[in-house]
Amino acid sequence: MSNLEEFRAETRGWLETNCPASMRMPMPDDERVWGGRNAVFKNPDSKLWLERMAARGYTVPTWPREYGGAGLSADQAQVLREEMGRLKCRQPLSSFGIWMLGPVLLKYGNEAQKREHLPPIARGEIRWCQGYSEPGAGSDLAALKTRCEDRGDHYLVNGQKIWTSYADHADWIFCLVRTDTTAKHGGISFILFDMASAGVETRPITLISGASVFCETFFTDVRVPKENLVGELNGGWTIAKELLQHERGMIAEIGRTIGGTVPPVDVIARQYLDDGHGRIGDASLREAVTSHVMRDRAFALTMRRAAQESEAGMASGGVSSMFKYYGTEQNKAKFELILKCLGSRALGWEGDGFSAPELDICRTWLRSKGNSIEGGTSEIQLNVIAKRVLGLPD
Amino acid sequence: MNLVLNEEESILRQGALEYFSERLPVSALRSLRDDDDAHGYDLAAWREMAEMGWAGVLLPEAYGGADFGYRGLGQVLEAAGRTLAASPLVSTALTAAPLLLAAGNEAQKAAWLPKVATGECVLALALDEQPRHAPSAIACRATAAGDGWRLDGAKTFVLDGHVADCLIVVARTADVAGTTEGLGLFLVDPRAAGVGITRTRMVDARNAANVTFDGVALDGAAVLGTPGDAWPLLERALDGARAGLAAEMLGGAQEAFDRTIAYLKLREQFGAVIGSFQALKHRAALMFCELELTRSAVIAALDALDSGHADVAALASLAKARACETFELVSNEAVQLHGGIGMTDAEEIGFFLKRARVAQQVFGDAVFHRQRYADLAGY
Repeated sequence: MSNLEEFRAETRGWLETNCPASMRMPMPDDERVWGGRNAVFKNPDSKLWLERMAARGYTVPTWPREYGGAGLSADQAQVLREEMGRLKCRQPLSSFGIWMLGPVLLKYGNEAQKREHLPPIARGEIRWCQGYSEPGAGSDLAALKTRCEDRGDHYLVNGQKIWTSYADHADWIFCLVRTDTTAKHGGISFILFDMASAGVETRPITLISGASVFCETFFTDVRVPKENLVGELNGGWTIAKELLQHERGMIAEIGRTIGGTVPPVDVIARQYLDDGHGRIGDASLREAVTSHVMRDRAFALTMRRAAQESEAGMASGGVSSMFKYYGTEQNKAKFELILKCLGSRALGWEGDGFSAPELDICRTWLRSKGNSIEGGTSEIQLNVIAKRVLGLPD
Repeated sequence: MNLVLNEEESILRQGALEYFSERLPVSALRSLRDDDDAHGYDLAAWREMAEMGWAGVLLPEAYGGADFGYRGLGQVLEAAGRTLAASPLVSTALTAAPLLLAAGNEAQKAAWLPKVATGECVLALALDEQPRHAPSAIACRATAAGDGWRLDGAKTFVLDGHVADCLIVVARTADVAGTTEGLGLFLVDPRAAGVGITRTRMVDARNAANVTFDGVALDGAAVLGTPGDAWPLLERALDGARAGLAAEMLGGAQEAFDRTIAYLKLREQFGAVIGSFQALKHRAALMFCELELTRSAVIAALDALDSGHADVAALASLAKARACETFELVSNEAVQLHGGIGMTDAEEIGFFLKRARVAQQVFGDAVFHRQRYADLAGY
């Protein structure tokens, strides 16, 4: 038996013993665990599951052990994913710290920063938010204006961020700030600070879906210790761009799993348009559903091919933009198609006139519109592909 | 499922890319067209391909084949697609030879397959009877007559049918019209009495034929497999052909795309290269995404054929449907983005548009394969 197969057998046994039964069921969005100082565990099993996984380093399997990971190789991490998939184990922790900050901190952070921040991220003790967009800096992110002044023994931050996901629940923020007004990209720095600092205020924004996951975030004379600068002063743009690649991968992935309670479009079409024999009774919608499912399958195969190429050391640039673009557009198209299949049943806002899954579909449809805006719009992704992959000039 | 090329396949791919770009560039196809070549492909080049093992690429070594599998043949076909190289790769190596290998008895295989591998013999599958691919809509009849059979009917769009040394004819042996049951396969000598062959010159400057059978007498040795039970073997061979042709189309679409990107970086208007305009950048980036998805579908189908994956039919339809859609998109955009020059016969981009449409119709277009995919999924 190869080492990998031994690892598989051992992992399988451990998961079977340690993953609570309720953690093997599909996860409603309100049972998702985000961790943090004020962590909410709607289902008590999810706390147990997080603690067990974190103790083994499995919330961040490929991170080094000294930072809370399990030090797994890419192959071993794949085995862990496969075994968790086989048992339908939930992800124990949803975390911008894991998905976005961790990878760049591992690369650009100094030793003290890694030791301070990575283990609490791995254990789900500190919840992070992302201070990127500003009212005047959306697609043109490098136009950001939030000022960060050197006051000798500390930095002083003043300005406003917007679309800060879950800022009102976050403990810390990783933030892009302007440290030089004479250079655009070259005047940006990447800093970390505690959201409990004096002068930080968050205001949730109600979205078209009725939910409020994004905030306006205001900074008024916020004092930030100088050791919280990551990388070089004015060198933040490189880190920002790299983090965006992780974010795009995350959104493409979440785009596929969000509304995990909404069934696949072909299942819904057969349920609502049943011709009496379990087939889709409407010829046009049958064709539309088939086209969608086929694109989904080709997209899934492409993600798999990219993973295999990456394992084989044949990684190609620009793929994160392709996945972000295609995954989010595909997710939006899925909900438009579901709306067509359900007709007026999909358009209920609240109340007893509609089933819970139907109401969920309506809200998730509205939420899906943001997928192709957040983390760089679809138009920006196409620009990135044209420039970085195809070499088309500015 | 392995979606990445191994070292052997990468070497094969590189060799094929170099061979076709040096030996059979698009200008070679233009010469065949302009010279009204009797074969429609370069005989010497086909012998060279056979020497490299490509004619018998799917055949076992016992018959002189190279046994590279569909993944290997896919690399050769993709490279051929890049230069629109005309050869019996599709008709013989990809389609008819594996069908004969699967359905034939030992004597039939020994008689034909070694000559296929050396490039001496061209085989053609005579299947479709209607303008659109419909493999179960067979009206051609094989009637038992004494110890043999009598063949009557008409076939169209028979690839390389005008030069084939042997035809594999799909005919109905039992009266269940319009279904997949009651079909048989027959080896027919194109020079036999009652066989009529008319070469059809297609828009892509490659060749097919209309073939008629008028009371053609066949002996028992002409029967390939079990009369009436041809469908499973035929469908499997067609799925191989669909996946392989999708690989050729991927190569054609990729080349048309690469040429278009190069043109966008060259052509200047309004004092700037037109590739700097965002409206064109976005169209280019969208094509890139579609090409990448199609590439994944093609390698998945080829891999499924070699590994005997249970879902091979759906994956073959996915690959062919996507190849049809992507090549149609890219070939249309390629002509449009080349502007006026793209409309001229002197510029080669138009050859890709023409090949795209013909290849789309071979073994089923996107409409056919979406329908098939939906049927397979139980929609």
